[in-house]
Amino acid sequence: MRVPMASFIQLLVSGLATGAIYALIAVGFTLLWQTSQTINFAQGEFVMLPAFFILAAMNFGAPFWLAALVGIVLSVLVLGVVFKLIIVDPMLKHGVLPLVISTIALSLFLKEAAKDFYSSQAQPFPTLVPAVDLHIFDAVISTDSLAVLAVAVATVVALHLLLHKTRLGRSMQATAQNPTLARILGIPVRRMVLYTFLINGVLVAIASILISPIYLAKFTNGETLGMTAFLAAIIGGFNQVRGAILGGVILGILDNLSAAYISSQYRGAFPLLILIAVILLRPQGLLGRIEERTV
Amino acid sequence: MNRLGAVLIVIVALCAVGLPFFLKPFGVYLISMWVVLTIAAIGLNLTLGYAGQVSLAQGAFVGIGAYAAALLMQAGWPYPAAFVSAGLLCFAVGWILGYPALRVQHHYLAFVTLAFTTLVFLVLRNEEWLTHGIYGIGSIARPTLFGWSTNNPRAFYFFSLGMLTLLAAGTWWMLRSPWGRAFVALRENSVRALSLGLDTRRYTLMAFAIGSMLGGLSGALYAPLVQFIEPNSFALGLSFNLLLMVIVGGSGKFFGPFLGALIAVLLPEWMRIAEGYYLITYAALIMVMMAFCPYGVLGMVERALKAAAVRRDPPMPAVHGEATGS
Repeated sequence: MRVPMASFIQLLVSGLATGAIYALIAVGFTLLWQTSQTINFAQGEFVMLPAFFILAAMNFGAPFWLAALVGIVLSVLVLGVVFKLIIVDPMLKHGVLPLVISTIALSLFLKEAAKDFYSSQAQPFPTLVPAVDLHIFDAVISTDSLAVLAVAVATVVALHLLLHKTRLGRSMQATAQNPTLARILGIPVRRMVLYTFLINGVLVAIASILISPIYLAKFTNGETLGMTAFLAAIIGGFNQVRGAILGGVILGILDNLSAAYISSQYRGAFPLLILIAVILLRPQGLLGRIEERTV
Repeated sequence: MNRLGAVLIVIVALCAVGLPFFLKPFGVYLISMWVVLTIAAIGLNLTLGYAGQVSLAQGAFVGIGAYAAALLMQAGWPYPAAFVSAGLLCFAVGWILGYPALRVQHHYLAFVTLAFTTLVFLVLRNEEWLTHGIYGIGSIARPTLFGWSTNNPRAFYFFSLGMLTLLAAGTWWMLRSPWGRAFVALRENSVRALSLGLDTRRYTLMAFAIGSMLGGLSGALYAPLVQFIEPNSFALGLSFNLLLMVIVGGSGKFFGPFLGALIAVLLPEWMRIAEGYYLITYAALIMVMMAFCPYGVLGMVERALKAAAVRRDPPMPAVHGEATGS
């Protein structure tokens, strides 16, 4: 099947836009893993929920920008602070698996909560900017996918600057890499771990604002999103933020291109095949560090 | 302690036999579901609880077993042959899935098996020539064995219970053989097991293959129980649910899967008194349960008993018994 260049560019741009959103979700996911060994199986539901916070705020008459702000703050409080204090903290000392079960139950809880307390129907969600089609070299590119791309890239850049250029960010990285040593160096490890949960709250809220206009706000949205973020994190490298970014972008582009060029029925299978190949050939992920095994 | 255990087992067995006579057909269906899923959970407990290989693929094996049995029966095979073939097929596929486990461990292994589950789901959904896709396979007949028709819900329950007893006894025997010890050695310290001369490679593959076979046999019972199978039943949700059963019951405890499956099958139904909110309540209860007994219900009971024993009898250190942990 031949597809002209113009539509290839369109697919690439929309792939980049969704890939950038996946990257945001995947970065939050890896941050939690790095600092607290939390495999958050509810991450997809974390992205689904803030859209409902925002819609609820708008139902009270708030304008979109204010509602978005409320959504981000609520998301930081509920999905950051409350999640950490009530679910993660009591279980951390018992190893990874009980917490995995708990986050699986949490994902069911959030999904049902959104369904029972808001609506089981897909809700329309406002776009960031009015959708206008731009014509660039025969390719039709919508302004809202450019806006999505811009916001997502800006968020990732801001996060990168925070993590690499500030003292706070370097303290967080130290916490992720070696908590014991970080504590000896006088870094308040517990507070740093809490900060990563707050950052995850912000990231999922932004991702929610970006993706809900495309998929509509629906309580089942988390299922595929969480899975994709998860795959992106593993493919890119579970213990590296830039790995998660790379993984997200690869999956976004791959998803769009494979659906158009190869098979839309099996579009869900390509990320999995890449995943299996990556894990077998390079288990630490494309950009990941090798984790040492203890004897 | 042992006598107490034996008495408990007899009581539970009597309940399992007597209960269907007091239940409505839907109740009988639910406890049959408990029996069938317990078999799959026993398999996962073997792979995860004893051998320490994290697997999110058990639901996929239930699916492969269910589809294999249903399709073979449609092709005219007698049920026993279909049942055994489903088990053997899953044994083979499980063996192959064990190879990644030789290279990666822990969370990476969970991801590989998770990918496998999703791939199996996609194949079941998309390969319509074989699986009828989203339309599923309907009117799966319940078997007639030696002239005994299991068409009636109670009869099928007893048939499943009989299979559960056989398979559980087989697993019990295997866990007490050198194989079972080798599985535990894999979980506790695979490097040390290797240096002590255990063929860890073969045992890892075996742990996967046998656990998957139990998943497949469970599927071969699942198909005639529900009589209609479709791909969604075997998506990631089922694998998560089976993992939940093993962890909530008590991973690495022989009776953990029985209890975990009981909780996962019956608790949501009991919660129906909360009407529309029953799934929320169920999810909340699971989170509370994990917070208070992270080692599963049986893990907690065992700890409590040990603590009581130490209080009664302080100078004797605990010497043997099943290793606790992960």
